[in-house]
Amino acid sequence: MPVLRWIRRNLIVIAGLLTLAYMILPNIVVMVFSFNKPNGRFNYAWQRFSLDAWKDPCGVADMCGSLSLSLQIAAWATVGATVLGTMIAFALVRYRFRARGAINSLIFLPMAMPEVVMAASLLTLFLNMGAELGFWTVLIAHIMFCLSFVVTAVKARVMSMDPRLEEAARDLYAGPVQTFVRVTLPIAAPGIAAGALLAFALSFDDFIITNFNAGSTVTFPMFVWGSAQRGTPVQINVIGTAMFVLAVLVVLAGQLLANRRKKSA
Amino acid sequence: MSVTDAPPAKATGPQIRKPSTRKRLVPYWLLLPGILWLVVFFALPLVYQASTSVQTGSLEKGFEVTWHFATYWDALRDYYPQFIRSLLYAGTATILCLLLGYPLAYLIAFKAGRWRNLVLVLVIAPFFTSFLIRTLAWKTILADGGAVVDVLNTLHVLDVTSWLGWTESNRVLATPMAVVCGLTYNFLPFMILPLYTSLERIDGRLHEAAGDLYATPATTFRKVTFPLSMPGVVSGTLLTFIPASGDYVNAELLGSTDTKMVGSVIQTQFLRVLDYPTAAALSFILMAIVLLMVTAYIRRSGTEDLV
Repeated sequence: MPVLRWIRRNLIVIAGLLTLAYMILPNIVVMVFSFNKPNGRFNYAWQRFSLDAWKDPCGVADMCGSLSLSLQIAAWATVGATVLGTMIAFALVRYRFRARGAINSLIFLPMAMPEVVMAASLLTLFLNMGAELGFWTVLIAHIMFCLSFVVTAVKARVMSMDPRLEEAARDLYAGPVQTFVRVTLPIAAPGIAAGALLAFALSFDDFIITNFNAGSTVTFPMFVWGSAQRGTPVQINVIGTAMFVLAVLVVLAGQLLANRRKKSA
Repeated sequence: MSVTDAPPAKATGPQIRKPSTRKRLVPYWLLLPGILWLVVFFALPLVYQASTSVQTGSLEKGFEVTWHFATYWDALRDYYPQFIRSLLYAGTATILCLLLGYPLAYLIAFKAGRWRNLVLVLVIAPFFTSFLIRTLAWKTILADGGAVVDVLNTLHVLDVTSWLGWTESNRVLATPMAVVCGLTYNFLPFMILPLYTSLERIDGRLHEAAGDLYATPATTFRKVTFPLSMPGVVSGTLLTFIPASGDYVNAELLGSTDTKMVGSVIQTQFLRVLDYPTAAALSFILMAIVLLMVTAYIRRSGTEDLV
C-alpha cells in the first residue's frame, strides 16, 4: 500500500507535527473563545460570536490592575535577576577561585527543586521575620528564582567567548572600562538578552511562588486562578491571545534580526 | 635598623600588593550580591522551614521548636496517597513528554529545513502566554460531551481507560487522564528545547556514515542518534519531572478531589489550615524524595556535567 509506505517513511515528521498540533491547540481555543459571548459566568462552552471583549479588554474589575502589577514585577525582577546573574556568570567563567563548586551547586539547586518547596520555605522566612506580604516579597522571590536561569543563559554565551578579543582590545590601549563596554558587553549581549527574556517570561507567568508570598496582592496569574473558581471573563482570552500574538511577533522579529546580522557578518 | 627605613617598606608593601589583592577580590565582589540573595532568600528559608517542621503549637498560642519529629510520620501516614500520585503523574507525564517531544525535536533539528525557525517559535511562544489560561483551555477541549470525548468514546478508548482507572466512562475531565494530559502539555517545551539543543549538535555525517556501514535507519537511531542525544534526554526529563512533581495547578484545574497532588496539600496546609509544621514537613519530604531520585538518576545516566 503506497499510503502506508508514505506514512512509514514520514513517521517522524507526522509524529512531530502531531505534537506541534497538541501544543498549539489550547492557544487556538483561547483565541477562538476570545470571540465568544458566554451564557453565564464561565467561558467554557461556545455560544455565539461577539467582539464585545475585544472592544472593552479592561471591562472586568481588577483584571487590568493585576496585569499592570504583573508587568511591573516582571520588569523589576528582570532587571534585578539579569544584573545579579550576569555578574555571577562572569565571575564563574572568567575567574578561578575557592568555593567555585559550592557556588555552582547553590545556583543549580533552585532549578532542581519543586517550586512549591521554595514557595513554602520562603513563606516561613517571611512569617518568621514578620515581613508584610505583598509587592516586595513577590519581587524578592521572583529575583531569587529567575537568578539561576539568567546565570545559566549568560554562562553559556560567555563560555564560548574568545578571551583573546579582550586581550586585543587591551593591547590597543583600551582601558578596563572601555574594554568591557565596547568589547565584552556587545559579545555577551545575546546571552544576557536571552537570560533577561527568560526571566521576564518566568516572572510574569509564575503562579505557585507568587501565590504563597503575595498576601492579598493579586498578580495576573492569581487573577486567572481566582477566575477559574468565580467565573472566567472572556477578557482573559483576549489578553491570552494578545500575549501569544505579541510573543510570536517578538520572537520572529528577533530571529529575523539575528539572521540579517549573520548574513551581513 | 633605622627609623627612616621602616616607613617606606610599609608604604611600598601594600602599594605593590594592592593591585593583585584587588584583582584577586574581583570575582568575590562580582559574586557577592547575587550569592547573598540566594543565601538569604533560598538557603536560609530552607533552614527556617526545617525548624518550622519540628515545631508544635497553634496559631493562637504560637509555635515552639520541640523537636517533634512525629510530624513527619503523621504527614507521611496521612498524605502518602498524594505523594504516590504526584510521583506517578509526574513520571507518566515525563515519559509522555519524551515520547511526544522526541519526534518534534528531531523534526526541528534534522527535517525542518527552512521551516526550522517557525517551528521553534511555535514551540517557544506558548511559554509567553499565561500557562494558567492555556490550562483552562483544556477544560474546554476535554469538556464532557465535547469533540475529544466523543471521538474517544466512538473509538471505545474510554472503555479501556476507564477499566484501567484513568478515566470515568463518558468523561475525561476530573480524571487522572486529564491531569496527566495537562501536565504533559505544560512541561513539553521543557523537554523539547534541551532535546533539540543536543540533537542539533550531532554531525549529520554520522548518520551518513552509519548508512554507509549498512545500518538501517532504526539501527542508526538506536546506536548513533539516541546515545548522542542522552544529555538532552537527561536534562529534559529532569526539567519535566521536577516541576511536575510539585505542581498542583493541573490537578486543581483539570482534576477532582481524587486526583489531588501533594503540592495541593502543602498549599492548603500553609495558606488555609495554617498548620505550618505539617506543611513544612510535607514540603521537606517532597524535596528529599525529588533530590534522591534526581541524584540517583544523574548517577545512573552518567552525565554529571549537567551543572
